[in-house]
Amino acid sequence: MSPREKPALLSDKKLLQERRRPMSQRHRKDMIFRGICRGVSGMSASLLVILLVTILTEGIGTLSTQFLSSSPDPDPLIAGMFPAIMGSVWLLVLTMAIALPLGISAAIVLEEYRPKGSGLRKIHGFVQLNITNLSGVPSVVFGILGLTVFASMFGLFGNEGNPSAEVGVSFVDQFYNEGDFVLEVPVSAASQPEAVPIAGMRVFDPAGKAYELNLVGDDAEWPEDSALAKRSLRSWDVPGRIKDRRWWYFRLPFGRGILAGALTLMLVILPIIIISTQEALRAVPSSLRDASLGLGATQWQTVRRITLPAALPGILTGAIIAMSRAIGEAAPLLMIAGIVFITRAPGNLMDDFTAMPLQIYNWAGRPQKEFHDLAASGIIVLLTALLLFNAVAVFLRQKYSKPLS
Amino acid sequence: MNNHFKTFFAAVLAVALATALAPSATAQASALRGNIVVDGSSTVYPITEAAAAAFRKEYPNVNITVAVSGTGGGFKRFAVGEIDISDASRPIKDKEFLQAKENGVSFVELPVALDGLSIVLSPNNTWVDQLTVDDLKSIYLEDGTARKWSDLNPEWPNETIKVYSPGTDSGTFDYFKEVIVGKTGSFRPDMSVSEDDNVLVTGVSGDKYAIGYFGASYYFENKDKLRAAAIVNPQTGKAVMPTPANVVSGAYAPLSRPLFIYANVESLRRPAMRKFMEFYLENAGKFAKQVQYVPTSDKIAAQAKAILNKRRTGTVFVIAEMHADGIIYKKRTEPLVDAYTEENLLDTK
Repeated sequence: MSPREKPALLSDKKLLQERRRPMSQRHRKDMIFRGICRGVSGMSASLLVILLVTILTEGIGTLSTQFLSSSPDPDPLIAGMFPAIMGSVWLLVLTMAIALPLGISAAIVLEEYRPKGSGLRKIHGFVQLNITNLSGVPSVVFGILGLTVFASMFGLFGNEGNPSAEVGVSFVDQFYNEGDFVLEVPVSAASQPEAVPIAGMRVFDPAGKAYELNLVGDDAEWPEDSALAKRSLRSWDVPGRIKDRRWWYFRLPFGRGILAGALTLMLVILPIIIISTQEALRAVPSSLRDASLGLGATQWQTVRRITLPAALPGILTGAIIAMSRAIGEAAPLLMIAGIVFITRAPGNLMDDFTAMPLQIYNWAGRPQKEFHDLAASGIIVLLTALLLFNAVAVFLRQKYSKPLS
Repeated sequence: MNNHFKTFFAAVLAVALATALAPSATAQASALRGNIVVDGSSTVYPITEAAAAAFRKEYPNVNITVAVSGTGGGFKRFAVGEIDISDASRPIKDKEFLQAKENGVSFVELPVALDGLSIVLSPNNTWVDQLTVDDLKSIYLEDGTARKWSDLNPEWPNETIKVYSPGTDSGTFDYFKEVIVGKTGSFRPDMSVSEDDNVLVTGVSGDKYAIGYFGASYYFENKDKLRAAAIVNPQTGKAVMPTPANVVSGAYAPLSRPLFIYANVESLRRPAMRKFMEFYLENAGKFAKQVQYVPTSDKIAAQAKAILNKRRTGTVFVIAEMHADGIIYKKRTEPLVDAYTEENLLDTK
């Protein structure tokens, strides 16, 4: 018997001892462990059930089509979350449209085009490390970053009130005359001086109908005839300039609009998309790549025709998980928007907005119970959207995943 | 059956008539369009929200957004001309005033309501008639020295003070924290807190040794159940009761304060903005009551309207003093009722 075999013998002995223990004792241990596992999982499941039941009982009463289609109001009976729902939809579409191409391409570069030189490898490793770190950064930090970088753009381009560049906007000088009528004069550029009332100049009513301006003398009586009063001004009337924004309105800086919000959310979910895409690409067996390369395909052809399609289910799942994260985020948006009263859906990329989590947060923070119920209804809407996303993720994974080797 | 049909027909006719008549009634209202951006104090927010919601019902094409970045955050954006209206739970500071001046932003300063706190006791509490701010501090602070009434005054009962407070979500709580507890201090952890004001009313009224606080207007409504303590005004040294008159006059300090809105005068040239401000001031008293604040006095309300109509720009709460080495800007400390005159206005121009 060589000394080398001794440990083996020892362990044999141990095993024997273990075997000699009565069956019942080992079974008891097994039972206890099983009990603990069941208890823990039961507890977490029941917590979820309690949460869902509370939310449902609190919120189902106020959930109605009117709640979905009307805007916030100080009267909880007629308040709704239409602007918040639309804000969330805009945010989600924009965020994904920006984050997906960026995230997937970043992952492809990191995973499929690994550099060979030692210097480049160090940079590669550094980038990889940073992305992993970024995924752990609290989202409110991204909010502060987004506010300086996207919303105010370091103050380089003026501010929201006086942007240094804007397109998709037309200016109108509005007069408000003594007879409570609004008269408009279109302005070709922001730099153009304000319209001055001149007798006979062309003015428009808000419906767009053209009139000839009737200038009422300084000492003359204001005309009583409303048809005339409608197109009358005094010489001292000054207009205010309003902006009519098209749906493609764009300005620098972005301001606290929906684009700044979407870009900030993009920062939050980009690490998630990159990491999940990398995982999906890594799961593709290298035999597939080698075969493609061996047949003479270039690296790009291999990525496009072989690796990406094979990794698609994993990428999609990651994208949808990122979407679920984006739709529920409140902290970074609170930094950007912080709007608590808004009555319409966004109409362009720069428009003020609110989102579902913000609206829920706002309602939940009010002292009155009626608003807490509204918050619960909002949570139901948000949860439904989340569950829907997750269901799609599961479906995609089931449908498209197939054995790869 | 026939009867039902008649009712139905009448209803259809009524609806048709209403829709036919409605456009002519609102044609002028719907003509008003534009955006109005408001930011600032979360204390003023409920009034502005009430005004915006009511205004929107009359002028559906005017988009008003209200954000709550706090008074300081609001002024920061206001001073660079980013927003049209700034909600403020204190007057503009000299620094903010100078910033607006630098950026050529000119504004009108309009008080819209008063925010007040009442310190309430049980009607059976016969010993306290007045309290100082320091008394309140020692009662409410975590490291305060008063845990029994006798700690404040040896003649008072040797009984534990039962402390009540509204919930942390309410503006009342924030205000009390700001004035009494301060930024660095913290509330004593053993006070009874409730979001429901009625719970507090029952709690305080039923317990002889209890103390609590409310929004002043809430106390006015429950005068029969509670007794308010007079608070010593630190500037005059006089004990003042939280009556509407004392809140309005500013004598009930420091537990009452005026709430303001500041409107950019450039924005006021836009018809939608002008109409909104006129609407706001016209109904400010109503909205203030609605959200449980105290309306300003008729005199101040009329003065605010006059200042808006005449576009008298500037603030009354900053004083420019000429010195040999230049102008020094200082804060005016007089209460609103004395300070708010056209002569006191200091313009940014």
